[in-house]
Amino acid sequence: MEKYWRSLEERDNPKEFKKTELLAELEHKKAVHTQENGTSRRDFLKAFGFTVAGSALVASCKKPVEKAIPFLIKPEEVTPGKANYYATTYYDQGEYCSVLVKVRDGRPIKIEGNDLSPISRKGTSARVQASLLNLYDDARFKSPLKNGEPVSWKVADEAVVASLNKLGSEGKMVLLITPAIISPTSRSVISSFLTAYPNITWQVYEPMPASGILKANEASFGRAVIPDYHFDKAEVIVSFAADFLGTWLSPVEYTSKYAAGRDLRNGRRMSRHYQFEAALSVTGSNADIRIPCKPSEETAILADLLQELKKLSGSPGTVSKLTSHDLTAVASDLWNKRGKGLVISGSNAPENQTIVNAINQLLENIGSTITFDRSLLALQGTAEDSAAWIAGLTKGQVAGIILMDVNPVYDHPEGGSIGEAISKLELSVSFADRNDETTSLCQWTCPGTHYLESWGDAEPKTGSYSLTQPVIQKLFDSRQAEESLLRWTGNEISFYDYLRQHWQTEIYPRQNEYINFTDFWNNTLQKGILELPVTGPSLNYSDQGLAEALEKATPSSDGWELVLYESIALKSGKYANNPWLQELPDPIAKISWDNFASVPVKWAEEQKIANEGVIAINGIELPVFVQPGQAENTIAVALGYGRTIAGKTGNGIGKNMFRLVNQRNHGREYFVQGLTVEVTGKKYPLALSQTHHSMEGRPIVRESTFDEWSRNPASGNEIREEHLKHYTTLYDKPEFPGHHWGLAVDLNSCTGCGNCTIACQVENNIPVIGKEQVRARRIMHWIRIDRYFSGAPENPKVSFQPVMCQHCDNAPCENVCPVAATPHSSEGLNQMAYNRCVGTRYCLNNCPYRVRRFNWLQFHGNDKFDYASNSDLGRMVLNPDVTVRSRGVVEKCTFCIQRIQEKKHLAKVEQRSISDGEIEPACVQSCPSGAFVFGDMNNHDSRVFRLIGKSSDPGIPGDPRNYHLLEELHTLPSVGYLTKIRNTNA
Amino acid sequence: MIYKTEIRGPLINGDKSLAQISRDIIAPIDAKTPVWWFAAMAVSLGMLGFGLYCIYLTLAYGIGGWGLNNTIGWGWAIVNFVWWIGIGHAGTAFSIFLLILRQQWRTAINRAAEAMTVVAVMCAGLFPLLHMGRPWLFFYIFPYPNTRGPLWVNFNSPLFWDFVAITAYILISASFWYFGMVPDFATIRDTAKSKIKKAIYGFFAFGWTGSSKEWLRYEGLSFVLGGIAAVLVVSVHSIVSTDFAVSVIPGWHTTIFPPYFVIGAIFSGFAMVLTLVTVMRGLYRMHDYVTDSHIDAVCRVLIFISLIMGTAYMTEIFMAWYSGSIYEFSIIFNSRMFGDFAFQFWAMFIANAVVPQLFWFKAVRKRIWIVFIISIIINIGMWFERFNIVITSLSRDYLPANWADYSPSWIEVGIFIGTLGLFISGVLLFFRFIPMIAISEVKSVAKFNKPRVSASNSSHHE
Repeated sequence: MEKYWRSLEERDNPKEFKKTELLAELEHKKAVHTQENGTSRRDFLKAFGFTVAGSALVASCKKPVEKAIPFLIKPEEVTPGKANYYATTYYDQGEYCSVLVKVRDGRPIKIEGNDLSPISRKGTSARVQASLLNLYDDARFKSPLKNGEPVSWKVADEAVVASLNKLGSEGKMVLLITPAIISPTSRSVISSFLTAYPNITWQVYEPMPASGILKANEASFGRAVIPDYHFDKAEVIVSFAADFLGTWLSPVEYTSKYAAGRDLRNGRRMSRHYQFEAALSVTGSNADIRIPCKPSEETAILADLLQELKKLSGSPGTVSKLTSHDLTAVASDLWNKRGKGLVISGSNAPENQTIVNAINQLLENIGSTITFDRSLLALQGTAEDSAAWIAGLTKGQVAGIILMDVNPVYDHPEGGSIGEAISKLELSVSFADRNDETTSLCQWTCPGTHYLESWGDAEPKTGSYSLTQPVIQKLFDSRQAEESLLRWTGNEISFYDYLRQHWQTEIYPRQNEYINFTDFWNNTLQKGILELPVTGPSLNYSDQGLAEALEKATPSSDGWELVLYESIALKSGKYANNPWLQELPDPIAKISWDNFASVPVKWAEEQKIANEGVIAINGIELPVFVQPGQAENTIAVALGYGRTIAGKTGNGIGKNMFRLVNQRNHGREYFVQGLTVEVTGKKYPLALSQTHHSMEGRPIVRESTFDEWSRNPASGNEIREEHLKHYTTLYDKPEFPGHHWGLAVDLNSCTGCGNCTIACQVENNIPVIGKEQVRARRIMHWIRIDRYFSGAPENPKVSFQPVMCQHCDNAPCENVCPVAATPHSSEGLNQMAYNRCVGTRYCLNNCPYRVRRFNWLQFHGNDKFDYASNSDLGRMVLNPDVTVRSRGVVEKCTFCIQRIQEKKHLAKVEQRSISDGEIEPACVQSCPSGAFVFGDMNNHDSRVFRLIGKSSDPGIPGDPRNYHLLEELHTLPSVGYLTKIRNTNA
Repeated sequence: MIYKTEIRGPLINGDKSLAQISRDIIAPIDAKTPVWWFAAMAVSLGMLGFGLYCIYLTLAYGIGGWGLNNTIGWGWAIVNFVWWIGIGHAGTAFSIFLLILRQQWRTAINRAAEAMTVVAVMCAGLFPLLHMGRPWLFFYIFPYPNTRGPLWVNFNSPLFWDFVAITAYILISASFWYFGMVPDFATIRDTAKSKIKKAIYGFFAFGWTGSSKEWLRYEGLSFVLGGIAAVLVVSVHSIVSTDFAVSVIPGWHTTIFPPYFVIGAIFSGFAMVLTLVTVMRGLYRMHDYVTDSHIDAVCRVLIFISLIMGTAYMTEIFMAWYSGSIYEFSIIFNSRMFGDFAFQFWAMFIANAVVPQLFWFKAVRKRIWIVFIISIIINIGMWFERFNIVITSLSRDYLPANWADYSPSWIEVGIFIGTLGLFISGVLLFFRFIPMIAISEVKSVAKFNKPRVSASNSSHHE
């Protein structure tokens, strides 16, 4: 074979060459390698730099930059992180409340009761608390609209004014429909508007008018006024279906006064409360003696009562008794406490109210518990007046309509035809701040502002004034209705200036405390209220109309009667789009997210229908709740549901019952006779948050009677002594050297109204979870009100018990957490470290009070829970002092630790100790009945110490009425309950 | 207590040589995989797949997909956890206790029982993790030094004890099981024909040669591990019981719980062993090794444990009455015995305390299909026991306003099906790749088979 060679070296000595060749190659490779390495470091740095820059660029492109710009010039009053409180006025749906608004960094985040107000007396209602969320509602109008299309205010103003002028020149009638306006300045604006357009007629429309009282008082006293009721002074209260603790006239005021007349913590006096009603209301559930009756019987019972009282007065008539109810006890109580009794009726039938007037006159209550000097100015429109303009409207006698804060298409029985008539008008204008059934039919929408964005004033009762001031810049391109009216009148003045001028000319001269107007104005604005002396009209009673009224008293008829009532949460339905209120369980039925038919127990048993079964009432299908205490042959259904154009939360929740309202004699009565009721066999799920109604004989709510209590203040609470005897422990007594926070809950004051639940929800960023989740028994409320029935199902006794975290000093939840996420503080608080919680839920299981709440799903910022906390606007309501909890952690009541810390810091800065009552958790602050007392149990002068003693020491048991829930478990709760006392006559 | 063949019959049927024993037991590993195995594996993997989907839903969206609520914070997940842990008890308990009691008949069954333990504890371990609200933070439960200052786990919490006990238990049981298999792996390595098989089993055999020294070490290790495991068998379920007993909830707050849980666990574990062994014997024709007398012995043990279970139930009922606690009384009498949960209570009572008493009859004990059915009934009964404990106590506790009902969502059921799939597929893999009977141990008892007196005592069938 031929030998091939590459070089001479190879040819001469191939072996040697192979060696050197390999070596050479290695050398060469080495050299190349080091060279490469040298450059590759630079390459690497280049690549690295490029990658970092590139990724930084890409990363910065992904997220929009959110700038937090500090204040260059500090605005007056605003200190970032520090809240300011502004006094203002809530008035909506006929309900008045003087409030303080907590504003944090320019955002109102909480509503508190104004303690200076002699009317609402620091209390609020659930509706007042929740009204804050209406401000941050995506459903609000963002600008003026013409037939649903956005236009500018200039266009709207010109068009409306031109149209009004045209209709004026043609002499056609235009209606201005408002609810009762309690603002003197707004009334002045309206009257100047009416002067400018003489063809405009102003009518007051109320969905739930008090026409009965107004008409009866016009007859009996010569003036259509709603008197001032003094529940605190009354020793015997007899109410005929008036839910004065829930929704009737001025519930916050009445609750506070009612509780004052029954407060056993400070006095030894307690009123006796009789309630005649068909549906079990909050008021009825608080009554000492409740008598179920049909609404149609009311006139007859009143007539019987009058007769009974006349007998006692020594002038018996010859009228025979009409009903089978035994009224001797009521009558003798009333007669014995002449001048200290109070008889009221929630009826809208003038004849009932006329008899009520006669009874109060006979009992000398007029002038003592019922006065007219500071009469209630809300709810002034009567149903009869409304019936007149509605007739005109539907008959086509009207050419235009201006609607301010009213929604008759939804809440009037003839809503359908009203709607048809409005859509045919030449001019229709609405001032609503969000869409509703009526506004959607109007050509022009000139959106008004939320009350927290508005100026204004109010005179809820004669001589009692209060001011409304804006606490935030207008969020949208809206304009206060008064301002719109001023523009259309041709007046360019701002409403604020108008208001000041009005107060300067009309109100300032009537006081003599301040010598210059600016002082007067600033001080009044700061306090929020102004009380002016009044000289009451001397009204003389006449029995005009009484004879006719008594003639109308007939014994009850057979057959079904339907009671329509305002629910505690939604009242007449204006706030249907408010998820907090939709989720607030009904105080009695504990149902949220629906209205339902309350049916009597006996009937349900006969028909074998249970909760969630469906019945058809006059063709309207409603789910059933078997209601203990529902009068026989009656069904009760709440109004305020079934909104169709309210917003994404409120649309289609429940059924609208306003269509069934009875329009007898052009009035509006909220019960219906002659029903057809059919059991359909269908099922409809209801979101019940409590399904067991009996205490099973356990000493949970302890109660006694007033007589027993007078003899032995520990009556009903005897078992506590037994429990204290067994108090023993191997461990050291827990010591709290600094503060030891405690909460007293007076079960005798709590009316079960639900204000605390919403106040807590606002304060602590508690999520809304929707009907499905509530039904799955996962409601997130940190304070719930347990409601128990006892006694006969036909007419049970009702007990309410607010239950929040008991802050046990020997807490079962604390020692079972594997990661120590729930430790005990040195001040006796049971704390939750959300960041540490892994969600084993052992604490939740081991809490005998079941007050711990688990975030089963992501409730905030989740499209599946599309409520307030799923929108940027809605999230503005969140309290920045409280963590928003994510999915998978446990949460619960903290005694509002952020409020405790705030006041502690304040006291430290001011170098003083905390005074008693200075710290008020949200539930305590606005409770209208003052049922809660919070304070330091180590401070022996504190109110809470006087009531519940020192919870960790059985030697200091506090008030004889005090007990701790399930204290036999030795959990040492820091919450004490005071026994419920019933002033029964048995 | 040396085993007396004359009285209790031979431990291994047939006059088998030691080589024959090896061949018989390894046969399924060398044989072609049967069709039914693939079918069963497909089904169980399907179940596991569905379970994994449900686990995905739970992890992605939260526990909200389950049927739990603010009153009942623990549901099926915990019921199943306790149930699986109970089953997971049997293997180790079986080996250890019978070892201590020198019951040689255990040798035919202990391998299967231990395998079952390991798979069951794996199934059980899934649930505590999944039922956490934020499972991605599960490591918070480890007591590790951290940068969070003095933040440490809560050593008072039964859930922490639980975590420690279960972790220790699974480590020890798995080691005990594995080290017991080393000589058998060596046997397979030595007999296997395929090179791959040789390599794999050789790896797991740890270079076992079977020298006397190795056997000495082997015995020593078994003894130490057995000693530790014996303690753990008692501790793990006692500690699981403290998850309930340490609470204040009526129906949970009971001092009887630790022994009651351990006995219950052994009971359910033995029942599961019986289920498994009857299936294994039928499918792989192991009648010579798992003889009727083995089954008979397990049945006899079950009678005894069932009596203890009955006593425990009666004690609970008695104490509810005798304690005078209205809450305890209400749970036991008004909810469990004669209330909304009566079905679950009586299902538990009959299945656990009454039905196993049928084993008193020899006619029942020798009919394998009846034994199989009863073993399934006991498994179900023990599931109801856990349901009774976990759910009824929570749903009817102190404040009636909080009383709520509970039913599982399909996701919870799906996860349970998933663990059943995991268990079955694990057991199938065991059948296929691991000698299902401890060859070396069976060989050690083969001597009892040898007739001592005369040929008349020798085996009746080949």
